[in-house]
Amino acid sequence: MLVQQISVFLENKSGRLAEVTKTLAENNIDICALSIADTTDFGILRLIVNKPKEAEAALSKNEFTVSCTDVIAIAVEDKPGGLARALEVLQNNSISIEYMYAFVGKFGNEAFVIIRAENPEAALETIKSCDIKIVPSDKIYCK
Amino acid sequence: MSFWNEKYECMSREEMRKVQSERLIKTVSRVYNNVPAYREKMDKKGILPGDIKSVDDLKHLPFTYKQDLRDTYPFGLFACPMSEIVRVHASSGTTGKKTVVGYTKEDLEVWSEVIARTFTGAGLTKESFLQVSYGYGLFTGGLGAHYGGEKVGATVIPTSSGNTKLQLSLMQDFGTTHIACTPSYALYLAEEMEELGIKRSDLKLQAGIFGAEPWSENMRREIEERLKIKAIDIYGLSEVIGPGVACECELQNGMHIPEDHFIPEIIDPETEEILPEGSKGEIVFTTITKEGLPLIRYRTKDLSSLNYERCECGRTEVRMSKVTGRTDDMLIIRGVNVFPSQVESVLLSIGETAPHYMLIVDRKDNLDTLEIQVELSPRLFSDEVKKLEDIERKITKEVQSTLGIGAKVKLVEPKSIQRSEGKAKRVIDKRVY
Repeated sequence: MLVQQISVFLENKSGRLAEVTKTLAENNIDICALSIADTTDFGILRLIVNKPKEAEAALSKNEFTVSCTDVIAIAVEDKPGGLARALEVLQNNSISIEYMYAFVGKFGNEAFVIIRAENPEAALETIKSCDIKIVPSDKIYCK
Repeated sequence: MSFWNEKYECMSREEMRKVQSERLIKTVSRVYNNVPAYREKMDKKGILPGDIKSVDDLKHLPFTYKQDLRDTYPFGLFACPMSEIVRVHASSGTTGKKTVVGYTKEDLEVWSEVIARTFTGAGLTKESFLQVSYGYGLFTGGLGAHYGGEKVGATVIPTSSGNTKLQLSLMQDFGTTHIACTPSYALYLAEEMEELGIKRSDLKLQAGIFGAEPWSENMRREIEERLKIKAIDIYGLSEVIGPGVACECELQNGMHIPEDHFIPEIIDPETEEILPEGSKGEIVFTTITKEGLPLIRYRTKDLSSLNYERCECGRTEVRMSKVTGRTDDMLIIRGVNVFPSQVESVLLSIGETAPHYMLIVDRKDNLDTLEIQVELSPRLFSDEVKKLEDIERKITKEVQSTLGIGAKVKLVEPKSIQRSEGKAKRVIDKRVY
């Protein structure tokens, strides 16, 4: 049920992001979602792709610093208060979120959100027991 | 021209040789009898104290290296019982171990004496107000200048380093006439004065005695123009005694060495042969009056040359040229000795594997800056910003506690630091001397 996220370390200098996407393109890898965390000196690019293992291998081969992390994809109702309700449930269950970002794709009337929890496995179990819809990885990767 | 100790400062070369020979013989016998490490070295070369009959025999004695001080850390090279030692100073070392130096009461006398000579040469008198803006503490700069100033009889203002606003306000209120600090700090003071609207006429400053880091003739001109003072160059290293090993007179034409205390030699650092007068090479010192930590032919790794011509000021003491470089990769950043290997050992302690790194040294607003670029290894990489920032903070903190200076740590991508064939290039020094 966990989704594999690829993280890439990027120095803040021009052209680095383009090189990552070029590498993925050359390896025929589809990007489903991405988010960038940036500081003055560096950034961390987080990607959800259709072939995480291949993406990790291709980027490593091109000398990027890459890691693979488990994240959780949830679906929330695409209307005002949809995300708020889901986050309230997580808070009530003491699941702390390291970071999160929204997904480009849409599934019926639901929006996808990617969540990086402190402890992904435990968070997944808790979320399962709550009234929050988890999106399985095959649905995420294939869109 | 005024002298502090005319007898020795203007002694004929012949007389000086006599004084040096007598004192060298005593020193050699002292270290041979009191310091096992020296005895071992001399025995290995088959030299007995009795073989040293004059300064001409100095060349037969074995060299002493910084490594000898590390190997016998902390007090192993001291040539007297610890009960005789009244002060220690220490400078940073490569593996966390510091280089420790010890002084007897008599050594502190010698130290004050040589600094009193240099300060007098720079125009300091008992009427002067000397502000000591070198750091006080384990570093020899602060206390060395302090005792020398007191010896002359000047009014010493022990401000130590930092707190520039206070420095400037005391300078105005007390009427400071002389300042002892690093040359880069002198320029920083000039800038702060402009910032705070302090006019030159608000100050009584006449001269500055600047050292503890390399500086150029251009920098001297800039300091002299901006502060309207005479900028005097002083040289020293804690192992030999601290500041005061050599210093310019008012004529600013080479640094006089008090040869009745320290004998200099210039050698080829590779062949270890003594070079002809005037040649550039590694300057080597032998102390001939120190009791606590006498050093025989100590390898400074500083490049300089010697000029035995009599100076127009009247001093006969030999003059050494400004240090133009090092035989090793030591950097001097804000007056602190830094070896790239020290940074490497910090990185090793945090990252475990051989790190790729680069030190970028620059001078911004007249203060040295150090940036440490470190390639992020995949093992340390995390998808969370805070963990990466933690790594940066941890390195900064360790560097601060090991080297004693602040640095900016910047994580960079693998393979982004230039690889070189053979000896790795670890330093980019952008400072202009």
